[in-house]
Amino acid sequence: MKRVIEVFSEIFSSPILVRALVVGILVSLCAALLGVSLVLKRFSMIGDGLSHVGFGALAIAAVMNLAPMAVAIPVVLIAAFLLLRLSNNGKIKGDAAIAMISTGALGIGVMAVSMSKGANIDLNSYLFGSIMSVNSEDVVISVILAVIVLFMFVFFYTKIFAITFDESFAKATGTAANIYNMLIALLTAMTIVIGMRLMGSMLISSLIIFPALSSMRVFKSFKSVTICSGIISILTFLAGMVISYVAETPCGASIVCVNTLTFLIFFIVGKIRKTA
Amino acid sequence: MTVIENMSFEVADGDYLCIVGENGSGKSTLVKALLSLKKAEKGSIEFGEGLKKNEIGYLPQQTMAQKDFPASVYEVVLSGCLNSRGIRPFYSAKERKKALETMELLGITDLKNRSYRDLSGGQQQRVLLSRALCATKKLILLDEPVAGLDPIVTAELYDLIEKINKSGVTVIMVTHDLSAAVKCSRHILCMTENEWFFGSREEFLKSKFSDFMRGSEAGD
Repeated sequence: MKRVIEVFSEIFSSPILVRALVVGILVSLCAALLGVSLVLKRFSMIGDGLSHVGFGALAIAAVMNLAPMAVAIPVVLIAAFLLLRLSNNGKIKGDAAIAMISTGALGIGVMAVSMSKGANIDLNSYLFGSIMSVNSEDVVISVILAVIVLFMFVFFYTKIFAITFDESFAKATGTAANIYNMLIALLTAMTIVIGMRLMGSMLISSLIIFPALSSMRVFKSFKSVTICSGIISILTFLAGMVISYVAETPCGASIVCVNTLTFLIFFIVGKIRKTA
Repeated sequence: MTVIENMSFEVADGDYLCIVGENGSGKSTLVKALLSLKKAEKGSIEFGEGLKKNEIGYLPQQTMAQKDFPASVYEVVLSGCLNSRGIRPFYSAKERKKALETMELLGITDLKNRSYRDLSGGQQQRVLLSRALCATKKLILLDEPVAGLDPIVTAELYDLIEKINKSGVTVIMVTHDLSAAVKCSRHILCMTENEWFFGSREEFLKSKFSDFMRGSEAGD
């Protein structure tokens, strides 16, 4: 415990790490809340698809010497819009379309990076994340994002529940489900773009999926699952950060490992509860 | 694709209408049109005095995603009250009371804090029916309410629907189950691939559609 406090005091003395901590906590919270709805609606693959598109956009922005966020945010927002349309359209199989878009974007990104020999681009940090890449602009955007997401989950909680549980009933009783779906997809896109540089584009979707799946093992109501996901997400992020700092492992991968372990624990607890 | 043409029917206050028909005859499309989820290609749906579009209590067919959804029964039932809320974010005491009353009516009060995914198929249907009643005082629309239920639970559910109808709520039910339709309903709308029939139960039994549908049912 003493060591943990030491680690945190060291982290707090470094502005880069403090920035990463703030962005990480806020992004984890947003991803977990949005993730509950996405996972339950069987839309979890959208997060994965968007992160790959984000990678492609970041790579191209770096090669062309453009501001990364200015390229990635609009591209990923458009991709979110398109992926949601695809998933809603019964004629095109959503999962195949997402796999196509994500591998396509990944391919384009890798091509762009490898063709620009002059540019100094660390492919590894794009794919698997780096604490160093978080800047003060990200802090501002993540604070704004977190405020919007929290506002939405507090004030439109009942509507989010209705749409997640049963979209056709929600529509039939006059809830504008499409607007909320779009809002959730767009906020997810923003969360992914901001979290991507810290977590890496290969790993960011774990923040969306793991907390929801873990809390669903144990908790039985939508409210408790939502609250628990938010808490799990922040705690696993902090634990991952500490491990990454102490063991000098990549931050994103450490967080995913902690999440995997958490899932296993919740899975076992859920099983024990059921048989008891 | 036009599913069926030139069909018209009306439902009176307090009526019990069953919509029966073959697969692909357009029952689901009709339901979606009634709920304004889909636009009818031609023609119109007129609501009588005092019935607003979003005041139809709807019992949809269950989706796969719902079967393991972590939600308490109370949360699900309460979400039926959403249509009367506008943009106010939280449920009022009145709405909470209404949710509890409909749960009482359907005999699921003791399930209040249970998780929806842990319930049996029949209990889940009662929960969804209870939610539908929260959304309306006037009209409920049931889409294949007994699909996948065993005969005893099916009979119980039909009794409940009849009880709801007797309390003054108009019922429109889409069903495959012709014998139940003939037994419970007051009016029947029968849709086949290119013909349709609308009339009272007695008229239906005398018509050729009755034999036709029975024939297709026996052939299933």
